[in-house]
Amino acid sequence: MIQVKDVSKHFGSLEVLKKVSAAFEPGKSYAIIGPNGSGKTTLIKTILGMVLPASGEIEVDGKRIDGQWEYRRGIGYMPQIGRYPDNMKIGQLFEMIRDLRRVDTATDDELIAGLRLNELFDKRMHTLSGGTRQKVSAAIAFLFNPAILILDEPTAGLDPLAVEILKSKILQEKEKGKLFLITSHIMSDLDELCSHVMYMEDGVIRYSNRIEVLKQETGEEKLGKAIAAIMQQNLSLETA
Amino acid sequence: MIRIAKHALYDILRNRFVLFYALFLLVISFSLFSLDSDPGKVVVSLLNVVLMVVPLVSIIFTTIYFFNSYEFIELLLSQPIDRKVIFFSEFIAIAAALSTAYLIGIGVPIVLMGAGAGALYLLLAGLLLTWVFVSLAFAASVSTRDKAKGIGIALLFWFYFGLIYDGFMLYIIYSFSDYPLEKITLALVSLNPIDLARIIILLKLDISALMGYTGAFYKDFFGTSTGIIYSFSMLLVWTVVPLLLALRKFIRKDI
Repeated sequence: MIQVKDVSKHFGSLEVLKKVSAAFEPGKSYAIIGPNGSGKTTLIKTILGMVLPASGEIEVDGKRIDGQWEYRRGIGYMPQIGRYPDNMKIGQLFEMIRDLRRVDTATDDELIAGLRLNELFDKRMHTLSGGTRQKVSAAIAFLFNPAILILDEPTAGLDPLAVEILKSKILQEKEKGKLFLITSHIMSDLDELCSHVMYMEDGVIRYSNRIEVLKQETGEEKLGKAIAAIMQQNLSLETA
Repeated sequence: MIRIAKHALYDILRNRFVLFYALFLLVISFSLFSLDSDPGKVVVSLLNVVLMVVPLVSIIFTTIYFFNSYEFIELLLSQPIDRKVIFFSEFIAIAAALSTAYLIGIGVPIVLMGAGAGALYLLLAGLLLTWVFVSLAFAASVSTRDKAKGIGIALLFWFYFGLIYDGFMLYIIYSFSDYPLEKITLALVSLNPIDLARIIILLKLDISALMGYTGAFYKDFFGTSTGIIYSFSMLLVWTVVPLLLALRKFIRKDI
């Protein structure tokens, strides 16, 4: 359960989030959609405590997160651009993260095997392609069986096979009642994976509801078209 | 904290710069010892190296490393780890790597060549200078997101403490030479870690007579053990204060 209340953030004079409020409930998966620079990644980073909001508060499982770090035990994060220490090998990276978390329970290595990362354990991070880095990020996000998964453009840059493996993993974990926040520009992926949709523009949430409801309201069958309809509505509202 | 520092240390050692730094200091020390048979004179030559090279290498390496480890910091921040722990682990790792290189590069020749107490003070003062400039580098690194700007600020610190500050002090001493300046210069020296280190060594080597009346006054103050303790504590203050200021900023920083 994530509760975001009136969160604002600006970088210099640029307002990235304007009094954003939202609630994300377990067992549901939310698609966060919006143009580039609409504040999606910033919203995610404020939930993770990487970006500190100028005002407003965020609660995870009923506890305020400011200055806290324990709550991140329950969150798996896959960044948009995974950046890792250059000189480290993939195997060393996984070893290090396991060591840092000091977990005794078995880790979820399904994606490491599924994406065939174990064959690349001896490769150094700086030799990897963007897609392979994405695979590493995905495997790390799922590694500790977190209750909340935040995936920032998870399928961008992955090959078709890897996309399918990742998607089936997401659906499988969703069945277990985990909370997903997914941003993407690939509407068909989100249509498959998510139950709810949140549309952001210029740091404001313009629309938030179940995907089925959105489709009914706009009379469209596909998420992409439904979102386009919403964007059009906003445009005509602004010009009117 | 130690566990994260250990991983950061591995990362530092994987790029071999620290090894070259140790070798560089070793070569310099051994060649200075072989050029002169009087260990006291060698220590004075070494002093000049320590006062210029050690701060420069410490502050520039730390700044570059800090910016390069942004990825590492980002990764750690998405894990359940306190920001303070990440910050101090990075400090411990870098300070440990540079201190070890320094102790090997300067310490081993000193011990092998059998230099006296002055040399040991030199070793200790240089070690503290390393920490001071690592700490100043952290302050420079967290103050901006831009790597070039960060390195620029770091270099500015080095120029300021290594060169500009002395000019500024000489100017004050000459302009106000009609007034009693002992206490003021004493205070001014405390504001520059490199001067603190230099004075400790010069007094310990007993060449303060070369420094005239002011030197005698310093001898009066610093020559006693309280004076030495005071200077070393000031160097520790110079380590802790910039580090805590940097920490304050790091905790509120957007990554």
